[in-house]
Formats: sequence, C-alpha cells, structure tokens
Amino acid sequence: MTLHQKVFALLLGIGILALILEMVRRRRLGEEYSFLWLLIGAGIIVLVLWQGLLERVTRLIGAVAPTTTIFIFGIVILVLINLHFSVKISKLSKQVKDLTQQIALLRTDKNED
Amino acid sequence: MSSEQNRHLVIVMPAYNEADRIISTINNIRQHSDTDIIVVNDGSTDETAKQAMDAGAKVIDLPFNLGYGAALQTGFKYALKQGYRYAVQMDADGQHDPSAIQALVEPILKGEADITLGSRFLGEGDYKAPFARRAGMILFSIILRVITGKKVTDPTSGFQAMNRKVIEFYTSDAYPVDYPDADVIIMLHMQGFSFKEIPVIMKRLPGKVSMHSGLKPFYYTFKMFLSIFVTLLRGKGEEKA
Repeated sequence: MTLHQKVFALLLGIGILALILEMVRRRRLGEEYSFLWLLIGAGIIVLVLWQGLLERVTRLIGAVAPTTTIFIFGIVILVLINLHFSVKISKLSKQVKDLTQQIALLRTDKNED
Repeated sequence: MSSEQNRHLVIVMPAYNEADRIISTINNIRQHSDTDIIVVNDGSTDETAKQAMDAGAKVIDLPFNLGYGAALQTGFKYALKQGYRYAVQMDADGQHDPSAIQALVEPILKGEADITLGSRFLGEGDYKAPFARRAGMILFSIILRVITGKKVTDPTSGFQAMNRKVIEFYTSDAYPVDYPDADVIIMLHMQGFSFKEIPVIMKRLPGKVSMHSGLKPFYYTFKMFLSIFVTLLRGKGEEKA
C-alpha cells in the first residue's frame, strides 16, 4: 500500500468512527445499533496499521490480491448488518401487532363497562 | 342448537372494508343461530364497524389494518379472555353459508374433533375456483395428505369451528398472522389436534377482489412452502414457545 492510499484509508476509518460517535452523542443512533458500525470503522484502521493481518487473511482464504479480501469481507459484513436489521424488524412487527391487538381488546373492554 | 350451547359459542369474523356486505352476512347468520358474533374491524376505511354494530354484532376495532390472520387472532384472543368454549371462524363477505355452522360445530361439541374445516369440495356445492387457485389447492392437498395421512380437500378454507384448546393455540405466537392456511393444518396435526372436514357451500362473489390477487399468489405459494418446511423442521414441542 502506498502512503497515499494509507492516508486515505486511515482518514476514511477515522471519519466513520467520528460520524458514528457524533450520531450516538446526539442520540440519533442508539448505542446498541452503533456497535456494528463502529466495528467497521475500527476494522479499517486496524487493517491500515497492521498490513500483515490483511496479507495473512488473504493467504488463508486463497485470494490473490488483498483488495479481494477487503471486498469480500466488506460485503459479508454489510449482509450481516442487514440480516441483523431484518431480525429486529421481525421482532418489532410482532410487538406492534401484539400491542395493536392489546389496545383493541382493552378499548373493547372499556366500552363494555 | 340449544341456547345453553350457544352461550359458550362465539362467531369470529374479521372484516376489512365490508360495509356493503356485513349487514346481510350478519342477518343471514341470525337466521340460523343466535350466538354471539364478534366482528374484528381490521382498520376499515368505510362504515364496516358501524354497520356491524347496528346489525347486532360485537365489534373490536383495530386502530389500523393488521391483515387477515392478525385480525382473526385478535378475535380469538377476545374469545379466550371472555371464556368462550367454542369458536366458529367465518368470512364477513357472505361467502360462507351460515346454514353449515351447525354441522361444523356438532363434531366439536360431541368431542369427535378439536377442529372442523368447512370444505367446498366435499359433497354438495358447485364452487368453481379459478384454475390457478385450484391447482394450488390440489398441490397443497397432496402435501397435507403426505404429512398428516388424512385427506384434506380444501386446505385454504377460512370456515372453521374449534374448541378452546385450538383457540388457545391460535392465540399463540405459532399462529401465522399473514395468511393462515395449509401450514396451520400441519401445525395442528403436529400438536396432536384432531381435525375433520365438513362439506359446506361457498359462493363465489361477483365483483369481489380476492385476498390472493395480482402477484400475491406467487409470494403466497412460496410462503406456504417455507412455512410448512419450517413447521416440519421445528417438530413437535416447540410451537408453544
């Protein structure tokens, strides 16, 4: 990696970290949901500072270029984050359904009194 | 049906924008039964709730549209809370002939089955389903036959009668709240409930857009396969979680 690339990647990682932290600080993003995104920012920084790791992982999965490794893991992480959201949405939908039913039943009880 | 039995029986009817039909549906039921009728108004934007109330039904108003299964389940939750022992589930659009209520409830009262399913393809009746729908029904009939070992001629029937044990099961999280269907029959079978099909007459309603229209049949078929598959994967004991 050239110095140019390193500086860019480092700034990107730091930028992501700062953005997430700022959003948590303003309560636009819950701590619970910030975790995975912070991990991405931190991951970028770690890979820039510790190049041996990327090369080792590249050899491990049989990829030729380190860029492939980065793209594969980047996509995998995005897929997992989306899956995480789908699970959350399923849970929220069920809770909304239960609450809605509960409200309708309580209102019916109230009209009966 | 004696009035003693009727005290314990409730008819649960989910309704979404059925203002044109709900009064005649309720009046028709009244000619055959004086049991309590619960209309679950699923966030209708028309006069469904008011008309149902005027016709003498008890109305549960959902604040917004939750969908057929969830509306139905709301009615079952109410039935459970109010201590009803038996419930009949029917559609609000008048498709189900109320003269069959007695025949559906009878085996439940006698303890011959936990749940009865009204079938439009058993015995009398001249219901003609559109081809694609019919093909789907036949497919799911075969699957049900293989899994439950019983002949089910009309797995998509929304005209059912059940005892309290089944009402309890229907209020659990296991109940699919979008399109409860063939998968429910398999769940019931795996939970050890006994079911029986009873011939009923259903009318095809002119001008009525089915719940299963447009691209939905594709999604629906896929969902049903998935639902049946995971039900089988879960095996017996896990449904009540």
